[in-house]
Amino acid sequence: MQTNEILETIKMIDEEYLDIRTITMGISLLDCMDPDIQVSCQKVEEKICRLAKDLVKVGNDFSKIYGIPVVNKRISVTPIAMLVACSGGNPVEYALTLERCAQKLGVDFIGGYSALVQKGYAAGDNELIESIPEALAKTQHVCASVNVGSTKAGINMDAVAQMGRIVKRCAEYTKDDNCLGAAKLVVFCNAPEDNPFMAGAFHGVGEADCVINVGVSGPGVVRAVLSKADKSLRMDQIADLIKRTAFKITRMGQLVGTVASEKLGVPFGIVDLSLAPTPAIGDSVAYILEEMGLETCGAYGTTACLAMLNDAVKKGGVMATSNVGGLSGAFIPVSEDAGMIHAARTGALKLEKLEAMTAVCSVGLDMIVIPGETSASVISGIIADEAAIGMVNTKTTAVRVIPAIGKDVGDELDFGGLLGAGPVMPISQISNDVMINRGGRIPAPLQALKN
Amino acid sequence: MKAVISVIGKDKVGILAMIANECANYNLNVLDVTQTIVDSMFTMTMMVAIDEMSIPLNEFAEKMENLGKEKNLVIRCMHQDIFNSMHKI
Repeated sequence: MQTNEILETIKMIDEEYLDIRTITMGISLLDCMDPDIQVSCQKVEEKICRLAKDLVKVGNDFSKIYGIPVVNKRISVTPIAMLVACSGGNPVEYALTLERCAQKLGVDFIGGYSALVQKGYAAGDNELIESIPEALAKTQHVCASVNVGSTKAGINMDAVAQMGRIVKRCAEYTKDDNCLGAAKLVVFCNAPEDNPFMAGAFHGVGEADCVINVGVSGPGVVRAVLSKADKSLRMDQIADLIKRTAFKITRMGQLVGTVASEKLGVPFGIVDLSLAPTPAIGDSVAYILEEMGLETCGAYGTTACLAMLNDAVKKGGVMATSNVGGLSGAFIPVSEDAGMIHAARTGALKLEKLEAMTAVCSVGLDMIVIPGETSASVISGIIADEAAIGMVNTKTTAVRVIPAIGKDVGDELDFGGLLGAGPVMPISQISNDVMINRGGRIPAPLQALKN
Repeated sequence: MKAVISVIGKDKVGILAMIANECANYNLNVLDVTQTIVDSMFTMTMMVAIDEMSIPLNEFAEKMENLGKEKNLVIRCMHQDIFNSMHKI
């Protein structure tokens, strides 16, 4: 082993914020369903606490033995709407049960307060969705997500209309706490079933009973590599540098996944290759784009740079791990990324540019603070547009916007921790009421006859 | 199994002796040592065998980290797999 390789790894961890963002244990709750909601909740609590009892310890031990921080330990579960379908009753009971599990186990988040309604509502779906604002206001660790569209099913516009109202209500219910409720809710199109990242993680029904999924981070490492690169390098050479770096970062995910699955006696699911930023200066996806040669993220050229970054991260990461999954790409959550926050504050980055960026990156409009006065139907319109981008491009898109109740452009919300802080961004408030109120379904796009 | 102990900090008398002493205390066998001094910054990497060590690696790593804080150095002990997996295919 070469000394320079050892020092390179140490430098990545020390100075460039390389970390394992999350070890997420996916747990199926299908066998916990019971017609009596109390019994159902008991079974849920028992199963989660049994399977995940060592999760936090294993994560912490890994950090110590290998010297790389494992920032979050998380749990994702079967979409709770399916349990509500069987048990009936008030879905919030499940949220409180999940919160108890999170506190008992010491995990950072627990995701799966979710419903999949891309084609229509089944029993339990409507009840769960309507309960999301209350559930998120009454819990700290529970995250919710709703899938409203897919390439195969089209977009459920009834759900889109409903989610506009729900997002707004989530913010209103938590208006004294920076509208945090809305930051724990994601509206998806083409939601992945093995995503380890919050707030959108849930354990899909096609998954095994219990698996370990890993999300790595590392925008700081990629940025550092590009900052040392000569400004005259051609774009394909830059792409090559990103690939090499993504490979090294992803190898860390593969290692933690292998070790954690062995220690916990649970199969290793996937490594999510995402570059997930944090508000720490330097650990920013926007700064990577700026290192490529943009004065500020949001300049023309941003979408092209992001497209290349997203693709290079995947190409580099795919070879580094046996199983790739989840969202895998670059995240662009505005409030969680120091460079994005700066670009939004100075007006260089606008919602329209972010929307274009979501067409080429791995998620969508993420952690964007919008004026509190924004109507539910405008939020639904944002969701519909994002879902359309995802549906047509056969990719995951998502919306996590936070209406800042009682605040307007020029104000800020500060969530603290990994969620960061962000300015209220100006958005178009032009009415789309008639379109949103139509409801129904946008039919699935053609997947053939593409020539 | 092997681990890598790395020390980074301002050069002073006795760093190598101190680390080697800790290794002996917990029955780690020193296999290889490399050290350089650039601008009076001391950088050392030490390869140790951990098969026979008397306490778990995570506890030893914590002890080394604390020792480093005491002596104004950054001392780390990391399982070699992290370097192997990052740099070898």
